[in-house]
Amino acid sequence: MSGARRTRAPFGRRRAIVAEARDLGAYRLVTALDTGGPQDPRPGQFYMLAAAERWGAGEGERPYLPRALSFARARRSGEGVLLDFLLEVVGPGTERLAQLAPGEGLWLTGPLGVGFDCEPSGTPLLVGGGIGAAPILALQDELGEAIAALLGFRSAAHAEAASLFAEAEVCTEDGSAGRRALVTELVRERLDRDGDRTVYACGPPAMLEAVRALCAERDVRAQLALEAGMACGYGACFGCVVPARSGYVRLCVDGPVLDASELTDAGVPEAGR
Amino acid sequence: MSERRGIELCGVPLRGRVLNGSGTFDAIAAHRVFGDELYERFPFDAFVSKTITLAPRQGNPPPRLWETPAGLINSIGLPNRGLQGFLASDLPRLAELPVPLVVSVMGFSLDELERLVRAVSERDEVAMLELNFSCPNVETGLIMGADAGETARAVERLRPLTEKPLIVKLTPNATDPAAVGAAAEGAGADALSLINTLKGMAFDPRSGRPWLGAVTGGVSGPAVRAVALQQVHAVAARVAIPVIGMGGIQSGRDAADFVAAGATAVAVGTESFRDPEAGARVGRELAALLEERGAESGAGGAARLGA
Repeated sequence: MSGARRTRAPFGRRRAIVAEARDLGAYRLVTALDTGGPQDPRPGQFYMLAAAERWGAGEGERPYLPRALSFARARRSGEGVLLDFLLEVVGPGTERLAQLAPGEGLWLTGPLGVGFDCEPSGTPLLVGGGIGAAPILALQDELGEAIAALLGFRSAAHAEAASLFAEAEVCTEDGSAGRRALVTELVRERLDRDGDRTVYACGPPAMLEAVRALCAERDVRAQLALEAGMACGYGACFGCVVPARSGYVRLCVDGPVLDASELTDAGVPEAGR
Repeated sequence: MSERRGIELCGVPLRGRVLNGSGTFDAIAAHRVFGDELYERFPFDAFVSKTITLAPRQGNPPPRLWETPAGLINSIGLPNRGLQGFLASDLPRLAELPVPLVVSVMGFSLDELERLVRAVSERDEVAMLELNFSCPNVETGLIMGADAGETARAVERLRPLTEKPLIVKLTPNATDPAAVGAAAEGAGADALSLINTLKGMAFDPRSGRPWLGAVTGGVSGPAVRAVALQQVHAVAARVAIPVIGMGGIQSGRDAADFVAAGATAVAVGTESFRDPEAGARVGRELAALLEERGAESGAGGAARLGA
């Protein structure tokens, strides 16, 4: 296990190749072969992605800017690394990325940002909500397969993402897969049983805020991977700030993983689409 | 002249014609992200700092960004450490950059501007100053830069305070930017840069409320390029001092259009968000195009480029 939370990106963007793309229930799993970047991105770090061709001229003549996506899994492959990105189509950017076919070019900048601190105090508790399961998968790969992840989804179609995990306890909002519950209920039960934990969470703002509040009242350490609309991903635009105790922090360079103690409210405004 | 020899801008030698737009590249953060490779392959021929103000600023509440067709609305609000913080912690690090440094300043009054210009121009690390009279997110910026008389009064006050070149950044949100540019030249400005962002707005499709935390912002990117070209053309026709043209430049061909419109140098802004190395790419492509053009049109073509 490495204590480093950040692997440095080469300067500039580079062209990767889409190696594989497939549906995974309600999501799309895109695998890129990156031969120009480091093979060891850290869980929680992210990349800026843009299709090399036909980026633009989608709905509303967009997308224009690259999209920030945490990698879900990184596997060394020959001279490069295979990077898995889990996406949900929510706008013209993710729509185009979901159309990518094997052999197509993909602009990548990264890995960017600060990932999870992979040296937990107590037992790690992994929590993912929806598409936020992506960096939690990378974290499980890092911490060990025996560390179960608590995963919450809207429905069974979304819950298919849990099949990527070695160990997972699944709940859905509509009860169509696993328990009918919010994942925060599962978190509460685990913390009631054993509070000597470090909680790692990524998911929608309301979920992250609920996790933050649960951990704060129990004095449990938590690391939260947040999301915000980003233009650049490397600190240039100052667009992705979230309010922290120290003032506004740029999620792209000071996050996206923040210690919950730095926040008074993790329910940041929803990311731009 | 050969493009490979670089240019002179207000007496400062530059290795090429490409700067960054103020506030579109944070060299300190980028060094944290990319390491020394950033300095080894620094993408700009001069570096323009984010705008600094006398007092520190947190900037605007999020959300701060909205993607438009071929562009972006930003509402950042000039977050910065303030003059003292800049001089103490940012300037020593910006001085490590391999290119001349331009410091952008904005004051909310002429007194504030005087203090900023005096303090910044005392520092040897600073090659030039840019006066941001044009940020559309801050009310006073709009008032000063939108009016020829206000601009002339400000430049007249500041001109005697420094021997360093003064660049006046023009706002496109003015009735007649060329008149403002001519007023700045008359009051002693050494160069003009334009355009800053155009005022813009977006609504949350779900709630119907304004999307940006500060309600309005500034539009940049290819969406504004045609507007920028016209304004650069109009301003360059009215003044004799060099013009730094910017607005949606994505390629050397775009940059060459700005040169054709009368710009001596250009700046890359929003394109750096898509590609951190964009400035270097634009510079290479522009140099090749201008060499080609110069060769085609002979010495007259090169002189027309005004460097």
